[in-house]
Amino acid sequence: MSNQTMNAQAAKRLRQVRWYQEPRWQRLGGLLALALLLAMVTGVQGTNSDPFYAIKENLTGVGLWVYVGIALLIWVAREFFSEPVKQAGATAKQAKGTLVDGPLGQIKQLLAGQPRLRWALMAAVAALAVWGPMGLDRYWQTVLVDQVMIFVLVAIGLNVVIGWAGMLDLGFIAFFAIGAYSAAYWTGALPVAPPIELNNFAVIPLAVITCLVAGLLLGAPTLRLRGDYLAIVTLGFHEIVYLTAKNLNDVTGGTSGVKVDRWEIGGYEFRIVDQMPFYWVLLAFAAITVFLFVRLEHSKVGRAWTAVREDEIAAASTGVDTVRYKLMAFAIGASTSGLAGVAYASKVGYINSENFVILLSILVLAYVIFGGMGSLPGVIFGAAFLVWLPEFLRDYVDPKDRHMYLGALLVIMMIYRPQGVIPSKRRQRELKMAETGSAEAEAEATGTGGKHS
Amino acid sequence: MSLNELWGYLVLGVVLGCLYAVIAIGYTLVYGVLQLLNFAHSEVFMFGGFGGVLALTAWTPVVNPSGMQSVLYVAFGMAAGAALGAAVAYGLEKVAYRPLRKHNAPRLVFLITAIGASFFLYNLAGKLFDRSSVAMPQMYSNETVFTLFDTDIKTTHLLIVFSAVAMMVGLDYVVNRTKLGSGIRAVAQDPEVASLMGVNIDKVVSRTFVIGGLLGGAAGFLFGVNSKVVYTMGFLPGITAFAAAVLGGIGNVRGAMLGGLLLGVVETMTVFFWGDDWRYVAGFAVLVLVLMFRPTGLLGERLGRTA
Repeated sequence: MSNQTMNAQAAKRLRQVRWYQEPRWQRLGGLLALALLLAMVTGVQGTNSDPFYAIKENLTGVGLWVYVGIALLIWVAREFFSEPVKQAGATAKQAKGTLVDGPLGQIKQLLAGQPRLRWALMAAVAALAVWGPMGLDRYWQTVLVDQVMIFVLVAIGLNVVIGWAGMLDLGFIAFFAIGAYSAAYWTGALPVAPPIELNNFAVIPLAVITCLVAGLLLGAPTLRLRGDYLAIVTLGFHEIVYLTAKNLNDVTGGTSGVKVDRWEIGGYEFRIVDQMPFYWVLLAFAAITVFLFVRLEHSKVGRAWTAVREDEIAAASTGVDTVRYKLMAFAIGASTSGLAGVAYASKVGYINSENFVILLSILVLAYVIFGGMGSLPGVIFGAAFLVWLPEFLRDYVDPKDRHMYLGALLVIMMIYRPQGVIPSKRRQRELKMAETGSAEAEAEATGTGGKHS
Repeated sequence: MSLNELWGYLVLGVVLGCLYAVIAIGYTLVYGVLQLLNFAHSEVFMFGGFGGVLALTAWTPVVNPSGMQSVLYVAFGMAAGAALGAAVAYGLEKVAYRPLRKHNAPRLVFLITAIGASFFLYNLAGKLFDRSSVAMPQMYSNETVFTLFDTDIKTTHLLIVFSAVAMMVGLDYVVNRTKLGSGIRAVAQDPEVASLMGVNIDKVVSRTFVIGGLLGGAAGFLFGVNSKVVYTMGFLPGITAFAAAVLGGIGNVRGAMLGGLLLGVVETMTVFFWGDDWRYVAGFAVLVLVLMFRPTGLLGERLGRTA
């Protein structure tokens, strides 16, 4: 056999596609695997005595057949009836093109010409935020104060670090813990006595400064690192703070926890029977923080953060002091988290080390991502919605499973809508540029620091 | 606190270090080809442990197995653990990371996906296996084989060290001597040029995940031998192994092995001197110190150039 025919044969072998390698059958396989996974995800809880129990039940249950049926339907529709669907999609897109940015855009346009209407609407929203929760029942009021407001505050802080400065901080709850424990320390709740006992409100500046310093201490040695190293170091920092809180029983009270006094100002004591005063205090905190951060976002500092996030090297070479601005973002984020920590300790009146597990850091990250990192309304919405959702689903889904769904949600969001529910315009543009692969996107794709550092 | 006790901890440290080294290889390989910190690798490790438990529940070992039977059980359990680990890693790459690669997504997006996937996987395992620890069936009697300076070296210690060393030698061979290995190194060095030279990047990435998954799964099984498997067991060893990979120089396979061994010893020394409570602080402290003073690790960074 000559060399040429051998080459031709080899090329033919390479080009030959077996039936299972055809995209059509691969898609079917993928859909069926997805159905199997869904059956496992939504199936029964396992038992301790038999590790096979849940798998067996899920493989023989009705759920699997429903999912397999749906998967087959989707596959058939896609493979054999895709043309009409595509056409319908195209016409829908054309029809949409004539509209002005959907309903939200129309409302915006309507309001643009009428400042009075806008003010009235804003006043109405503010009034609803202030007095609306009075109409809720006690359970939901507690959820609103203990969780929604606290985590909205934490998420706003994390947004500075991850959304604006583009650094992934996986240990954000560490600062929350530091804030909570400073509150406990200065109000004399911890086993170690402070030099002077302070009121819970007077603690706030101290706790904020403590967190600021902690943020600087953690940030200074690590911020020169690339993005993913930073993530893992912050995670380590969280774990160290958590283990310290857990193991140093004589100082922090460990897992058994300590009782913290609730807020009290000028003789007025905040009592747990009435949630509204707590709510108003937290609302005030959130409003002040949001106001300050909106100012910050559009200031020189905010623009420097954007520059650092989009391309650190370009930013540095145009004279932005990258390390300084990154440190600043870190410290500001940390102090917001610390403020939330003080609020949490002073509201709930009891803290132990298990209030600050790593899970929470990841949850807060999920809130920020879901809402849309870099966009304040998005982050507030994301935190509020994702804190509310598990409470709402309590009766329908096994509460033990909700973190699993949250993890899946993170993955799905990242694949299909990485910019979040209410994205910031800039972030959206960045992601789009990365996808189309323009020159600017090249820099973005390698991330903060990336290959060059 | 005698010297003999210290010696005992050192032996334990080496055994633990071997496991860390095997897990760290998974991190380092993936980092080499994708520049991605595969956060979910710790879950691959955890599923490996459950793979072993499932296999040995399906085929329960007899009460007093003979030598040959014991070997068979262990091999079977390890194969099952490695297979499940590889399956999870493969699925992970296919479902979570590949779409992102196609979008050319920023690094932050990759990292968040990895965290989400890790979160999902470990809660899924918690759901399927009741969120409590499951005992690994006894496969052999864990006797003292010989004594070294008053420290009993048991069967499990030997099993872990020998299998880990075998896996590492095998992996070193695969990376340095086979066609797949040169593909991996090529992609690590420069994906674009590698694809121009006829390397199928998708295939190489997929297989890299499978290799990492095999090793991670086997390590998960070895971790659970003679003790228990629980759905949260991946997190801390995973982080420590990542620290080991960074310590050795991320992307560098031999570095990961060295880093793993070192960190195992550092960890047990921490336990010896400060007590069990501070066990995992050691890994993090080492990580921070390495990143501060020698961010490229002990043996330098890139898979392509150094391995």
